[in-house]
Amino acid sequence: MPSQPRALQLLNILSALLLAAAAIMVFTYAPTEKVMGEVQKVFYFHVATAWVGMLGFIVAAVVAIIYLRTKDLKWDAIGLAAVEISLVFFFVAIFLGSIWARPAWGTWWTWEPRLTTAAILEMVYLAYLLLRQGLEDPERRARFGAVYTILGGLSVPLTFISIRIFRTIHPVIIGTGGSEKMNMEPAMLTTMFFSIFVFSIIFVTLFWHRIRLGQYAEKIEHLKLKLSQ
Amino acid sequence: MNPTPDSPRPSSYLRATLAVAWKDLAAELRSRELLSAMLVFSTLVILIFYFALELDVKARNGITAGALWVTFAFAGTLGLNRSMAIEKDRGCLDGLLLAPVDRSAIYFGKALSNLAFMLIVEIIVLPLYSVMYNINLFNPGLLAVTLLGSIGYTAVGTLLATMSVQTRTRDVLLPILLFPVVIPVLVAAVKASSGYLTGADINEITPWINILIVYNIIFIAVAFMVFDFVVEE
Repeated sequence: MPSQPRALQLLNILSALLLAAAAIMVFTYAPTEKVMGEVQKVFYFHVATAWVGMLGFIVAAVVAIIYLRTKDLKWDAIGLAAVEISLVFFFVAIFLGSIWARPAWGTWWTWEPRLTTAAILEMVYLAYLLLRQGLEDPERRARFGAVYTILGGLSVPLTFISIRIFRTIHPVIIGTGGSEKMNMEPAMLTTMFFSIFVFSIIFVTLFWHRIRLGQYAEKIEHLKLKLSQ
Repeated sequence: MNPTPDSPRPSSYLRATLAVAWKDLAAELRSRELLSAMLVFSTLVILIFYFALELDVKARNGITAGALWVTFAFAGTLGLNRSMAIEKDRGCLDGLLLAPVDRSAIYFGKALSNLAFMLIVEIIVLPLYSVMYNINLFNPGLLAVTLLGSIGYTAVGTLLATMSVQTRTRDVLLPILLFPVVIPVLVAAVKASSGYLTGADINEITPWINILIVYNIIFIAVAFMVFDFVVEE
């Protein structure tokens, strides 16, 4: 088994350092928000993790189309990696959002468009994983997975739009935005963009690791098949 | 219908689609196992709604649209599962795939018959609900929304049912796969239906109708494009 390539090892270290730097920046450099206080600091990582989730979502949809065109199983492993990372990061984003929402909106959960869409997207991912679990043939698993990713990639934006309309027709009880960035301090903005950058690097690192894991899993499957024959 | 054996492709495509749909309808006319199951199930759901939500006159108006669509959605998965399971179990799907027609014609045929089953159920459930809850559901707008919603639901449902019957978990998997991607249809259909039932302004209903139409166009087109990948061996 080949060891990790040099670039990946470098990324590991870089990710850890950057994450530490971002955390320090959030707590020391970014000013404390006047109204919400300390809890607002969760916002930086919340936006960054949601961004990574979004990135994974888009990558997965694009890769699904590439897979159906090329039929190269390599793309299936990449798509699965993107979905899994997106699943985890959206979960983290929802979790962090909840922590922020409790003091800010007075509730852990609200049927806000972004929040609801994120929750439904998680359901799409879980369904995707269950679908894969029910299929043994790797080629068919890849095909069905790709088709389902495309369906999810198209329906989730529509879900967002429909919940949005739902919300604009009916008056909203609790403030929708919260993250309206109109009047944010420059230092806050810098921290936010730095966090987004850091988490993008972490995304690349994890993505790479997950793809390697997928390749090994495939290798093991092949070996098992050879043994059984 | 066709003047010559080597007639242009569109009409043979249409004929193949109608043949698949007709096959399902004819089989159903003889056995009636699918429709009767869907109907009994729908009636049970309506009854359970009464006990679960204590639908008094006041609550009824607000909840009717939601209750109806939950009923349709659940009964719909029942029908979709059954309709694809029949094909898979008796090896009919392989036979269909061997036919020298474009495979998407098979998809449209199955989707058409599934839509027909769903509409039949709805045509029976709507008056039944009207009688049981003493509420007038005969509203052209509501019927149009029901048709639009059912088209979107079966368009995606047929595609996903074709996938789920080929998995190990089968019947269990279909609702799990279907519901998260069909949410725009359910949201829009419920909102538009309740808009018509409460006599809301047409400007409030139009966005929902638009969503339904957009969803239908997108997903019928996508299903048309990807169905080949779902039945490929």
